[in-house]
Amino acid sequence: MNPIHIDDYIRLLPELILTLFGIGVMILDPLIPAGQSRKSLGIFSLVGTLASIAAAFYQLNHFGLAWFDMVRVDAFSVFFHVLIPAISAVCILASLEYLDQQGIKTGEYYGLILFGTVGMVLMSCAVELVLIFIALEISSISTYILAGYRRRAAAGTEASIKYFLLGSFATAFFLYGVALMFGATGSTTITDIAAILAQGAANPMGLVYAAVALMLIGLGFKVAFAPFHVWTPDVYEGSPAPVVAFMSTGPKAAAFAVLLRVLFGANTSGWFWLLWIAAVLSMTIGNLGALVQDNVKRMLAYSSIAHAGYVLVAFVAGGDTGLTAAIFYTAAYAAMNVGAFAVVSHIGSGGERYTSIEDYAGLSRRSPLLAFTLTIFMLSLIGIPLTGGFFAKYYVFSAALNSNLIGLTIIGVLNSAVAAYYYLRLIVVMYMREPAVELPPEKTFPAMSLALVLAALATIYLGVIPSQVVDYASQGAKEVLTLPSPNSTPAAAVTRNVVHTGQ
Amino acid sequence: MSAVILTLVTFIPAIGAVLLMLMPRNDRSIRWIALLIALAAFAVSLYLPVAYQSGQPGFQFEVNHVWIPSVNIHYHLGMDGISLWLVVLTTFLAPLGVLISWKSVHDRVKEFFVLFLLLETAMIGVFLALDLFLFYVFWEATLIPMALLIGMYGHERRVYAAVKFFLYTMVASVFMLASVIWLYTHAHSFDYVYIRQWIGDGHASGAAIFWLFLGFFVAFAVKVPLFPLHTWLPDAHVEAPTAGSLMLASVLLKMGTYGLLRFNVALFPTEAHRHAPWINALAIIGIVYGALVALVQPNLKKLIAYSSVSHLGFVVLGIFTFTQIGTDGAVYQMLNHGISTGALFMLAGMIYERKHTYELERYGGLATPMPVFATFFLVAVLSSVGLPLLNGFVGEFLVLSGSFQANVVYGVIAASGVIWSAAYLLWMYQRVFYGPIRHDENRALPDLDGREQISLWPLAIMALVMGVASPFWMKSIDPSVAATAAANTTSTAAAVDSTANFAQKSAEKR
Repeated sequence: MNPIHIDDYIRLLPELILTLFGIGVMILDPLIPAGQSRKSLGIFSLVGTLASIAAAFYQLNHFGLAWFDMVRVDAFSVFFHVLIPAISAVCILASLEYLDQQGIKTGEYYGLILFGTVGMVLMSCAVELVLIFIALEISSISTYILAGYRRRAAAGTEASIKYFLLGSFATAFFLYGVALMFGATGSTTITDIAAILAQGAANPMGLVYAAVALMLIGLGFKVAFAPFHVWTPDVYEGSPAPVVAFMSTGPKAAAFAVLLRVLFGANTSGWFWLLWIAAVLSMTIGNLGALVQDNVKRMLAYSSIAHAGYVLVAFVAGGDTGLTAAIFYTAAYAAMNVGAFAVVSHIGSGGERYTSIEDYAGLSRRSPLLAFTLTIFMLSLIGIPLTGGFFAKYYVFSAALNSNLIGLTIIGVLNSAVAAYYYLRLIVVMYMREPAVELPPEKTFPAMSLALVLAALATIYLGVIPSQVVDYASQGAKEVLTLPSPNSTPAAAVTRNVVHTGQ
Repeated sequence: MSAVILTLVTFIPAIGAVLLMLMPRNDRSIRWIALLIALAAFAVSLYLPVAYQSGQPGFQFEVNHVWIPSVNIHYHLGMDGISLWLVVLTTFLAPLGVLISWKSVHDRVKEFFVLFLLLETAMIGVFLALDLFLFYVFWEATLIPMALLIGMYGHERRVYAAVKFFLYTMVASVFMLASVIWLYTHAHSFDYVYIRQWIGDGHASGAAIFWLFLGFFVAFAVKVPLFPLHTWLPDAHVEAPTAGSLMLASVLLKMGTYGLLRFNVALFPTEAHRHAPWINALAIIGIVYGALVALVQPNLKKLIAYSSVSHLGFVVLGIFTFTQIGTDGAVYQMLNHGISTGALFMLAGMIYERKHTYELERYGGLATPMPVFATFFLVAVLSSVGLPLLNGFVGEFLVLSGSFQANVVYGVIAASGVIWSAAYLLWMYQRVFYGPIRHDENRALPDLDGREQISLWPLAIMALVMGVASPFWMKSIDPSVAATAAANTTSTAAAVDSTANFAQKSAEKR
């Protein structure tokens, strides 16, 4: 067994930083008198997320395996180590005012966000199934608690319990899948599994298919693709809006990362039609469901199901372009969705009273900034050019056409045309309707404005000059695809501890 | 200069829009700044016709930079004789659009002019883009400002009209996007010139060409709008604010016909010839149907909107006759329609500001209180009818000569459209301006003020100049049209063949 080296710590640096800051929040929280705003803790944890992003960039020069080959730092993991803490940072910014507004004066909120982030980033760099499971649990448990953070609201408790029960089932499925995979291949390391599958040494093969199906169920719950989506609208409706911003993007990105590793990194097979059907179902159910919603949070919940479907299209397309498209899509989706929920969380105001579409009437007069940024996010969700959402969708569909998935492309394109209607509805209400009751002008606080502007800039950046991010995404895609080197035996795979980091 | 001129023309309005966004909310200064920006864009765009080399085929003032390297998307702009005048038309109309909105827009003024200028940039971009991806980006970019202009500043049913407009065009352009992506996955390029060559060399199969043609066609046909896809147009026009109607009728619809010519005809000549019979049939139905519906409209703006359906039918017919003269006429008619219908919409807006209604019923005898208005209106009507010496005549004459060459039946039916348009426009004119004043409040209507006259003079002058000095425009349009028709040399022979076939078949029928 290799001794633990300094590099091992560097390759886990972002996780370590986040954990330390999380613990710091828990220690400092009792020192602040009860009933006083916890804003300072929020800023403290914001620093933590930024430090972990910096650490992720530092890792660019320290690619390789670590911790007994359970962790693998490569372009792919760094991509998610930047993306996920960035999501957390924006969510923390959006929460600073929100918590005071809701009268929540407890600091572990920020600690939970940080711990959740640790789990998610760990999911993206773990290449061993048991570690992936642990990371999945870390992220899940934090989000279960966060979902019920509005303790006094019945809907909040309902959301939390629903999320917890269904989520536990889902992770159990995942664990069961891991066990079956171990039974079939004798290993839980993705590289080994890939090597064994490549040799055709898995025995029996049926067990591998069952394992993949079970893991798909577990991760399918996390990313909320149909038919594992039913929890989404209720949970999103009941959870605090900044938490929804967080859990509709962060865990999704992480779970997609794991899916990429499991499906493509381990080179498993037999899931093509499963995902094909899941993609079609997700897009259709998501968009049709969103059409009839009057509550903005529920509408965005259904829209997030639909967007999971678009990402699955990229999965089905596969190959270099498909994976690049999937990775890019998670980033673009995160930017626009975090932004949209940040606006929702602000407009909801105390007790989240204002979440129906009618409450947005005349927003363009009450708060031009909120209306303008929400318009950008909606246009991006529709997929209008010059926004990240458009380029992401374009990339997904061109990957699909590249793989000759003409039927799937047509279904997807038609779906995105349908989707235009309900996003547009919100813009129409904001700009073209007068409010039924006169509401006072919205006050936007600096932290919230900053969060919105950052998310809007990211959305536009990804639409206008996406090449940089596309390059990173495509590097990450290559890393995932080259994970199993064709000639390596299981033994060779285990002893290999420095991986190829080229383009 | 020639390296950056197109970028400059395209983005001056957008830069202006950003400037306006940053300005404090002082309506007066915002109006003036918007006007100055629009005038600056127009002034700069005048460099284009001056420096344009008429004899040369191909695109001029090209700029070509890599935009998104990983997928080979380029920022590629270029201009030929067809796009030249459409760009100038856009920049020419923009200051007039600002002037006409001077008083009629008094709420959220800043947002109005920001959207208006963004719209201008997007429209110019559509005419100049030579990269298919960039073209699509500009194409979609016109959608949002226009929909917001209609929805925020329109009349009673504005929200319905805005949503209908948005969804119609959005859904239609998705088909174009699919075609563009297909082309990229097979030709590995978005470059217009390269793809044209690529298709001309026969790299795409017949079935693929068919679907590609259809994908582009649907997007453009909705925009034109070609019968039976026109139903969004009357709603959008009637509900839009005056400047919105002006831009919608004068420029946005031309994006459709421009697209038909630039993409459907130039990229897929054989396919275009194969489909010409039914496209021409739709165009002719549009001409007659639009005219007949216009005839019975009780609403002034709706009448003008349906007249657009009819007039745009001429343009499509001209393009799909595949005759040099017909296509020349179609391009010229695009400009004419921009001038004359633009003027009609502006005039309708002026009367609306005074009367707050478009119902013809509420007018009558207006020539007495508003003689200047009546005179301008007459010029616009006559130019739209196609009176010799005014611009409309030239375009219609060329299109009709082209259609007679292609097929006598087309020519005969289409020519009836000229009569129809005289009927509904002159009858409308009579109902609005002549006869006794039926409503007493109309006696005191104020005539046009200085600002309104200033915004109309350029159009009236252009209507006359383009009617008598058409060779000035034709000398740059004609070679470009010839180049568009003749690029895929292999298919030109087929083109001639099939045109001959049509003639023969129709002769046999008779």
